[in-house]
Parts: sequence; structure tokens; C-alpha cells
Amino acid sequence: MRAISIVAVNVFRESVRDRVLYNLVIFALLLIGASYVLGQLTAGQDVKIIKDLGLAAMSVFGLFIAIFIGIGLVSKEVERRSIYALLAKPVTRGQFISGKYAGLVLTLAVNVAAMTVGLYLVLGYMGWTETEAMKAGWEAPAADPALLKAVVLITVELMLVTAIALFFSTFSSPLLSAALTFGLYVAGRFNADLKNLDQVVNSRPTIWIARAVYHLLPDFSAFDVKTQVVHGLPVAAGYVATTAAYGGLYIVALLVSATLIFSRRDFK
Amino acid sequence: MTAAPTRPVAAALALCALGGAMALQAARDQAYPRGDAARNRVLYVRSPAAMKRLTFGFEALAADVYWIRAIQHYGGDRLEKRERAQARRYELLYPLLDIATSLDPYFNIAYRFGAIFLGEPYPGGPGRPDLAVTLLRKGIAAMPQKWEYYHDIAFVYYWRLHDYKAAGEWFQRAASQPHAPNWLPAVAASMVSRSSDRATARFMWQQLMRSEQAWIRRNAERSLLQLQALDQIDQLQAIVARAGRSAGAYSWYALTGRGMLSGVPVDPAGTPYSLDAFSGRVRVSSASPLFPMPSEPGQPQ
Repeated sequence: MRAISIVAVNVFRESVRDRVLYNLVIFALLLIGASYVLGQLTAGQDVKIIKDLGLAAMSVFGLFIAIFIGIGLVSKEVERRSIYALLAKPVTRGQFISGKYAGLVLTLAVNVAAMTVGLYLVLGYMGWTETEAMKAGWEAPAADPALLKAVVLITVELMLVTAIALFFSTFSSPLLSAALTFGLYVAGRFNADLKNLDQVVNSRPTIWIARAVYHLLPDFSAFDVKTQVVHGLPVAAGYVATTAAYGGLYIVALLVSATLIFSRRDFK
Repeated sequence: MTAAPTRPVAAALALCALGGAMALQAARDQAYPRGDAARNRVLYVRSPAAMKRLTFGFEALAADVYWIRAIQHYGGDRLEKRERAQARRYELLYPLLDIATSLDPYFNIAYRFGAIFLGEPYPGGPGRPDLAVTLLRKGIAAMPQKWEYYHDIAFVYYWRLHDYKAAGEWFQRAASQPHAPNWLPAVAASMVSRSSDRATARFMWQQLMRSEQAWIRRNAERSLLQLQALDQIDQLQAIVARAGRSAGAYSWYALTGRGMLSGVPVDPAGTPYSLDAFSGRVRVSSASPLFPMPSEPGQPQ
């Protein structure tokens, strides 16, 4: 456990040194700027749009960090040959993979937490300055605690993307890893179409194959409850818990596979 | 030793270059205008299904963009000078709202905006109540228990299409939805029995005046002023008929000269009414903010 935390803290420090958290400044500027401009443009929908913008920015920034740092987690160590020094220390390959993963997840968690605080501050200010008559028309309060359900699922989604990037990073080049991770993300987004293929195709084998691929691919669309929480529609706690657990199990499968592949790699 | 003085010089050089580029851009834009206004009116993707794919999981944010475009499109055409606006008849309003509501099916305000402004006759809107009904039916498919959408369809049938039977049916459906206000059954009955009158119209616009949306309230306020103008026109028309033609033509000055009016009558927005010199018909002036007047429920269109 100690070995994992040492590797994780180092990944986090490296991310900070690489100025990854600078994106928080962009996020803050984006939200503050948008909240100022949107009031003039949106016919009373500024709070809804700030929520949409905040959650989407959280997702996009996190996705870029997860993919572009995740793909270099292992391959960079191999390229720089620092992997030899690392593996000579009392660190197993499994601990190395887990530590690398935990470090990037820590970076993402700090990032998402800071963005969430920023989003709530802006929404709180908007709610505070708005008239009671205007607030009566909102589908949900400005600083709605239900937004946290979307934030939780965005975090799990980013953890899953990180695990995919790390998995590909153990056996392929950074460029290929990025392409494969992004491809899997896109495929996972449109996964629900495979489930409903029986509505457009009659062939039983094709439907079975589509169903199998549907279950095999990560179901990224399930993590998206942004629209529901923004409109104040109910999102069951059971749904959030089940989806988060699904993400957790998928992550375990990917990390175990990544460790297996990485254990078989010969660095001599 | 030489690094310190070169840094400010380099910074100044960079600033000068940036300033030069900005000046050059401004000069070029002035010399070769690029017709951005025309480009803004292009809707590259009209298919909501295709747009849903292209937005890639960020449908709600894309819906916000289309909503802002719809507002800008409507406001731009409405404020455009009439002579320049001949070719501009809000042609993108429905596609923009259609895409916004396909990307975000719970975008309540987009349905209601369409309900009010798609049916508005030109130049206040595109004069397409059929599209307003289509958009609201889409809203009902997404949120079948939202009584407001049934009410808005009924209102379009009543106020724009003057189909009182259909309006009554839709008011009835609105009344049967959860959380529907208790005045809806009375309005539905009024539609069926009396085929409507100004009092019913006034009552319904007064309900919309309670909306939390400022633009719905503004539109309701304007409509209430139009109803007030219709009452005033009836009174003025009676005075004109009583006075008859003077020296071969109808005029306000003749009526005020005879003491039948204290001055040139103005509509509730403060613009003088126009009086046709030959027919004696009193109308709201085309310069009035209340123009064009709605074709009145219960009257031939």
C-alpha cells in the first residue's frame, strides 16, 4: 500500500509540475465570463446554461487530462528508461500500475472538486442576486445539491477513461493509445444503439453480436445525467450507485488486465 | 549581462506586432467587408438526429447554443427595419427551436417561446401557428404531464387559428393533467358554449401575465393593450357613425370641432388612432407598437 501511495503522490506532483491544474484558471474565467455575458443573451435561461456549461467543462477538461496524461503514464517511463530504476526498487508491477492510476485519479479528483466549488460559487452568487419572481420560474434552485449526482458520475466516468488510457499505455505507443482510448470513448457513447439494433435488423445472429458488443464496451452514455439534474428531474440514488459500481468493476477489470500485460513485458 | 535589457525589448516588440496585426485586421475588415450577417443566417445542419450525434454527449450545451441562436434570430428579425426585412421572415426560428428541443427534450422554455412567437403574424413573427402546435406536441411527447403545453396548444387554436372546438378539447385535456389550475375547466366550457369573446381572451392573457418569464409577461401585456384598443375602437367607431361624414370626408378634427371628442384619440400605447377619410373606419396606426392588431376571436379573419 505504501509503495502504491508513493507512486501515486509522485504522479500527482508531476502533474502539478506539468501545470495540469492551470485548466482550473480557464474554467474559472469561462464560468465568470459566461455568467456575465449570458444574462444578456439567453432570455432568463442563464442559470440553466451556466449549469450546462460548468458540467460540460468539467467533463471535457477531465477527459483531456485523463486521455493525454493517462496514455503517457507507463510509456513515458519506458521511453525515459526510468522504468529500470523503478522496477529495481521494492515495487511490484501491480503496485506500479495501481500507483500510477491512483496518482492520476487523485489529480482528476482535485480538479473536479475545485471545479465543483467554483461552479457552486458562481451559481450561489447568481441565486443570491436574482429576484424572487425570477427564482420562482426555475426548475431547480441555482446551487442545487442534486448537481452533485452528475459530478459523482462524471468523476467515475473520468476514472474509467483513465483506466482505459492506462490499459492501452501498457502495450502501445502514446499516439496509438490516445487514438484507441478516444475511439473506445466514442463507441461507448453510442453504445445504446447496439442495444436497440433489434429495432432495425431482423437477423438473430447480428442482434446477438450487437448485444454482446454492447455489454463488452464501456457504457459511457449511462454516466451522463447532466440534462436530468439541470432540469431538476429525479435521478434515483440507486441509479447513481449502480452506475458507479458498474464503473468500479469495469475499472478493476481494466487494471487487472493492464497489470497482467505489463507483468509479461520484458524490459531487458 | 545582455539578457536583462533584451526582455523588455522583446515584450515591446511582441506587443507592437500584436497591435499591428489588430490594426491591420480592422483596416482589412473595413476595406473588404465579409458579409457576416448573411453567414449567421445559415443553418448548416438541419437534422436534429444528426446534430444529436455530432454533439457527442454534450447535447444540453449544444441545445443552449441553439436556444441563444433562436433568441438572436427572432430578436434580429423583429428589430430589423421593415424595408430591409422583406426577405427575412424568421425562416430559421422553427428549425432552431426544433433542434434545441431535440437536443434537450426537457427545454421547457423553448417550447413555450415557440408557442407564443411562431404563431405571431408577420412582422411580429413568422405567422406559423401550425409549427407552434407541432413544437408543443413534441413537448407533450417528452413530458406528457405538463399541463402548460396542452394549454398553449389550446391557446394557439383559440387565438391564432380561431378553431374553438379544438381549443375547447385541448383546454379540457390541459385541465385533466396533474397540477392543472382550477380555472381551466371553466375556460374549456366557455370555448364550447360561446365560441369565445374578448373577456375570455382577456382572462387568458391575464393568466399569462403571471408567468415568471419576463418576455411572456411583456407579450401578454401587449396583447392586453391590443384588447383594450379593440374596445376603444368599438367606442370610437360608434362615435364616428353617429357623427357621419363632414364635408365629404371623415376626420378627427371635424369630430373634435363638433365637441364629440376632446382631442385626437390615442391608443393605449400612446399613438393616435388612424381614421380612414373615405370609409370612416378606425384603426390602430401602423406606427403604433400595437400594430399589427390580431384578428379578433369570433370575428371573420
